[in-house]
Amino acid sequence: MAAAHTVSTDVVFRVRRFDPTTDAAPHWEDYRFAAPAGMTVLEGLRHVKEALSPTLAWRSSCRMGVCGSCGMFINGRPRLACNTQIAELGGALVTIAPLPNFNTIRDLVPDLAPMFEAHAAAKPHIIRDNAAEQREPTGEYWQSPRQLEEYLQFSYCIKCGCCMAACPTYATDPEYAGPMPLAQGHRYNADSRDGGFAERKASLAGERGPWRCHFAGECSRVCPKGVDPARAIQLMKRQLVFDYLRLWKQPCPAPLAKSPAGVERREGIPDAPARTI
Amino acid sequence: MRDQRLWTWHIGAGAVILVLLGLHMTIMHLDAIVRVFSPQPGEPIAWANVVARGRSAFFLVTYVLLLGAALFHGFYGLRNILFELNPGTPAKKALNGFLLVAGVALFAVGTWAAWAGFTVARGA
Repeated sequence: MAAAHTVSTDVVFRVRRFDPTTDAAPHWEDYRFAAPAGMTVLEGLRHVKEALSPTLAWRSSCRMGVCGSCGMFINGRPRLACNTQIAELGGALVTIAPLPNFNTIRDLVPDLAPMFEAHAAAKPHIIRDNAAEQREPTGEYWQSPRQLEEYLQFSYCIKCGCCMAACPTYATDPEYAGPMPLAQGHRYNADSRDGGFAERKASLAGERGPWRCHFAGECSRVCPKGVDPARAIQLMKRQLVFDYLRLWKQPCPAPLAKSPAGVERREGIPDAPARTI
Repeated sequence: MRDQRLWTWHIGAGAVILVLLGLHMTIMHLDAIVRVFSPQPGEPIAWANVVARGRSAFFLVTYVLLLGAALFHGFYGLRNILFELNPGTPAKKALNGFLLVAGVALFAVGTWAAWAGFTVARGA
């Protein structure tokens, strides 16, 4: 058992380097080291930075596949570096480049600003007509497990950008919003607590909308969280078609569940702490 | 919104083509099984059978509908493909205008031909 944990394999990390202050164009650099069993690509990059090339730059945070920071193009496929074991890549050479379809700020750091601008344009938040309740909530909204199932899968998105990097339409069409913003727009359209379909339609049903998706499915294939943005986009198309044909109407958003009257807190249970914002 | 409307019509036209082109294929190629649309002896494209169908207002209407649906579906698809080449706004407007005019013109010519065939068949 102890021997298995100490087994190391010689690997070569072929990393795309680019420093805009000194380089005219990106170039590849190789880093050879012994990778112990179970090492992830992110851990390998940290080893390269600590022992071989201190100037290497990338984004990472949680190192456990929930923050979406470390999306990279690893062996020809967009992946999370923290979620990718070197051993699963099946070879001694690991090529690492920044996510395609984005400009590169430096080394493995893509400029994700266009993606987040498109995301903001999709209004990815609950929209209701009661602004006072949104600011100062007085209760919860009713939602059945079946209603939750309608959008839960799409809420797993961690905004890593892997789907955008894999999308062949986003690669060539600057008008197309991309899988993540469209999938997140649908996530809120499908939420029974939301009443903002008409407001989102202004940005989602136009030229930047889902019409240019040809259902290649690459976005869903590379998504590390199983969001299936391709499915969300097709569901959005269907909803927009039914909306145009007047076969679908936005249902009333989920009602507020008021606390029952005359109920007292049990002895010994403390009050919630005061709000800090 | 315009893109929402055009996409819906595109899907609708596709559904119309599925049905009417299916009918056309049945008439032309399944005549061994379904003779009702080719009542005269011989091939479906034999003159007698062409005239027999040509006299029918049903076929006049269905072929004009198929023409319209195919033109819209095809030209909208072509427009989408060309727009994905990222032309500038003036080129997009020019393309929209050209496809609209070409589509309407072809529909007009095709409808005239169908009507002409209908009147000739009725007179035969």
